Amino acid sequence: MSETPIIQVRQLTKTYRVGDVDVQALRGVDLEVSRGEFIAVVGTSGSGKSTLFNILGGLTPPTSGSVHINGRDLSHMTNAERTNLRKDTVGFVFQKYNLLPTLSAEDNIKIVKYIGGHDTEFDAPFKEVLNLLGIADRLKHKPRALSGGQQQRVAIARAIVNRPAILLADEPTGNLDSQNSAAVLKLLKDLNERLGQTILMITHDEEAAAYSHRRVHMRDGQLL
Amino acid sequence: MILTLVGVSNGTLHESARRARGTGADIFFRPPGTSVLSSLSSSPMSDKLPAILANEPHVVLATGTIVQPLELFDSITGFDMDQFAKMSGGFRFVQGGLPVQDTDLIVDEPYAREKHLQVGSTLNLISHQWRVSGIYLPGKAARICVKLAVLQDFTGNPHRLSQIYLKIDDPDRAQAVVDALRAKYPGYQIYTMEYFTSMLSVNNLGLLRNFTYVVIGIAMIVGFIVVFMAMYTAVLERTREIGILKAVGSSSGLILSMLMRETLLLAILGTVLGILLTYFTQWLMLHVVPNSLVQETVYAWWPIAAGVAIVGALIGAIIPGIKAVRQDATEALSYE
Ligand SMILES: Nc1ncnc2c1ncn2[C@@H]1O[C@H](COP(=O)(O)OP(=O)(O)O)[C@@H](O)[C@H]1O
Ligand SMILES: [Mg+2]
Repeated sequence: MSETPIIQVRQLTKTYRVGDVDVQALRGVDLEVSRGEFIAVVGTSGSGKSTLFNILGGLTPPTSGSVHINGRDLSHMTNAERTNLRKDTVGFVFQKYNLLPTLSAEDNIKIVKYIGGHDTEFDAPFKEVLNLLGIADRLKHKPRALSGGQQQRVAIARAIVNRPAILLADEPTGNLDSQNSAAVLKLLKDLNERLGQTILMITHDEEAAAYSHRRVHMRDGQLL
Repeated sequence: MILTLVGVSNGTLHESARRARGTGADIFFRPPGTSVLSSLSSSPMSDKLPAILANEPHVVLATGTIVQPLELFDSITGFDMDQFAKMSGGFRFVQGGLPVQDTDLIVDEPYAREKHLQVGSTLNLISHQWRVSGIYLPGKAARICVKLAVLQDFTGNPHRLSQIYLKIDDPDRAQAVVDALRAKYPGYQIYTMEYFTSMLSVNNLGLLRNFTYVVIGIAMIVGFIVVFMAMYTAVLERTREIGILKAVGSSSGLILSMLMRETLLLAILGTVLGILLTYFTQWLMLHVVPNSLVQETVYAWWPIAAGVAIVGALIGAIIPGIKAVRQDATEALSYE
């Protein structure tokens, strides 16, 4: 099982069309990730990191090349199939936490369970995860009553509640101070080590990248 | 708003009908060429006529009045106080009593409340100074009453009447008596009180009906636009939230159905609130302008108003909603 990579990307390109101008965000990316890896993607702003993640997570379709996640080919999926992929195979964590402002932390997590077609009660292992994340006692609060670090930890809980095969974190510490950053990074590492969660994380920060097993560098739409 | 308008127009008419019944008369006698409903006629009937009519078979009592319109909805009515008292059972005074002096007048309670009148207060109407001699319970044909002869004099119509009320021995035979009178006095407008009051409903009043429809139509369009715009901006502001829902894997159909359910709930709550508001305006009108407008609760319009609110809200929500679920999740997420 661990022989086949969980993510397999071949000659992936993505071209955005902005008016009459083509922006080549990705120019032939090759990447393999094994189950249980914790990978940091590092690179300057505009190098195409977020674009790669959005394609891996099925938020945008690729222009050419192939992307296999858990053995399924993304490049031939319809919109609805990619939506289904996000439901159970991929979890997202964003730089701007992207919690629903009108729902409590708990309901932000539960609505994702509901969307995923699961019972909305938290099971014992997940309650342990909430303890690990240190937000078990903050669940009744609305996002605006939580600190940035707490919001990001709720967002991580939301991203893994449906037990996705991979967790994609796009600059998860970009809005956090160094103390909260360290806490969130340590949590990601814990999740990776304890649950075997496969994690891909984008970061600017070499220090953050040090938490990962492996770093890949990106420049001008290509991995070095 | 729609409910308030419908309520006001219905209520004002029903109030008129109620007052007309309060005269105790069974038959209504008017000069030729006047409309059934206007009380604004000139006064071309002789005041000999009531005495003649009183001798007709079955007629027990006949009393003439003269009506002088004032500005807006008000008018001042001249009564033969004794005759009218016999017919209607008399005014029931809460303060003071019947006019004694020629320049005495009596008003009903809501009018007194609105104009802050007491017994002994003076007021100026049709260029004469009047003194209030009594305030009576409402529902007696008119709101401002003076002696018949005085009003005939002041308006330059001596010995003239604008309408005559008849009381007959058996109210069930009113229609038969009306038919007989019509044959004998061709051209005169003669109606049973029942017919008259039935005319006083919104649907039978051509001009007022059209006016009401226009006003209600405008209210419906404005109401629709307001609800539509409110929902449109509300959903547009939530484009980002819709992007989040897409990013965590909800399908477009699920997002739209959640949006619709929420909108429906909101529209129903809004309608209930609007209905409660009509009770408030009703109360307001009763206490601030009791004399001119009477608002009724028109239950038949509740579903119509609710329909306008719900349809407006759903259309207002679905347009930006579809726009938001169609666009790329990443774009929706970057919406500020
Ligand atoms: N939705 C989009 N439409 C057009 N151009 C885009 C879009 N998203 C990203 N780009 C362009 O693609 C390139 C890569 O962007 P991105 O993947 O966000 O880089 P990074 O995350 O490494 O900063 C940039 O030049 C950016 O302007
Ligand atoms: Mg980026």
